Amino acid sequence: MIDRLKNIVAIFALLLAVSAHAAIDPDEFDSEAERARYQHFIADLRCPKCQNQNLAGSDAPIAADLRKELRRLLKEGQSDQQIVDFMVARYGEFVLYKPRFDRNTAALWLAPVLLLSVGIGVIGVIVWRHRGKRRQAADMADNVSDELTVEERAQLSQLLQADADTSAGKSGRNDA
Amino acid sequence: MQRLKLFIPLIFFAALAIFFFVVQKQISRGEYDPQNMPSALIDKPLPEFALPALMSDDIVRRADVIGQPLLINIWATWCPTCAAEHTYLNKLAAQGVLILGVDYKDETEKAQRWITEKGNPYRWSVQDPEGVLGIDLGVTGAPETYVIDARGIVRMRHQGDLNERVWTQTIGPLLEKLRREGSS
Repeated sequence: MIDRLKNIVAIFALLLAVSAHAAIDPDEFDSEAERARYQHFIADLRCPKCQNQNLAGSDAPIAADLRKELRRLLKEGQSDQQIVDFMVARYGEFVLYKPRFDRNTAALWLAPVLLLSVGIGVIGVIVWRHRGKRRQAADMADNVSDELTVEERAQLSQLLQADADTSAGKSGRNDA
Repeated sequence: MQRLKLFIPLIFFAALAIFFFVVQKQISRGEYDPQNMPSALIDKPLPEFALPALMSDDIVRRADVIGQPLLINIWATWCPTCAAEHTYLNKLAAQGVLILGVDYKDETEKAQRWITEKGNPYRWSVQDPEGVLGIDLGVTGAPETYVIDARGIVRMRHQGDLNERVWTQTIGPLLEKLRREGSS
């Protein structure tokens, strides 16, 4: 039983290994630099059909075609900017995982900064208010001790003394 | 005021729930498809092409088809939706709609057989076995239909099958408008 399970696991592991390599095409690069640029582009360009996979990870036919096209452009010696322009002219800003900053993408780029500053603002207000309250409480405590006049202090110690006497007297009676 | 603050998460949740519900409704009614992308070619000229004709030995070029409003239909025999769409395309062709058929990443013989068996709605038919025109047009799959005006400008792209609803709601009225623009 365990052995059979092991076999099944092994088969699935093999299947996964195959699919992980499915998107790798035969390489035909003139230099390591060209290969590095290719790897960079297939990681950064999005497959237009599959929405949330890059060209490297997608098995869609269109992704294979675009990888082929990319290799052709690299072989022709096109610059990074030319390649990006080529893709955007045909498939729109959508193909860029890192969209360029313009009117349409401003919200996308600025939202994190905006949300972060709102968060910092909220925390700041909470801390500031909390401090204010604590200071107020401390002030009040100080005021209480300051407000006691000399007579009041005398009265207070007298009361405390009387209380101590009664409890002492009580305990004395209990002892008897 | 303090009480009200407690309800902020609930209000947030309710707003999101309503938003997702509306989007889901639109998807189920076929009004919105998250897979559909706006074409980058809208209001841009149709790219140049010179492709072998499907049913003859000619070469069809961009200049051969431009001059009147037309549809460009991307299809293939490997695409099941294209089979469903074909009947409707035949109907449109009978009404005099000009269509350029692009047999996209397909085998010539199979495609020729398909046209012979199902009828030919295409005024022009070209083969694009490597998907070259496909990439220039920003095609992501089949079927797709583009509306081109008389000056050769791409005016609209529809992803998915061209059916009665799509025709009466979007493509038909647009083509009618383009025809009037052309004649005036």
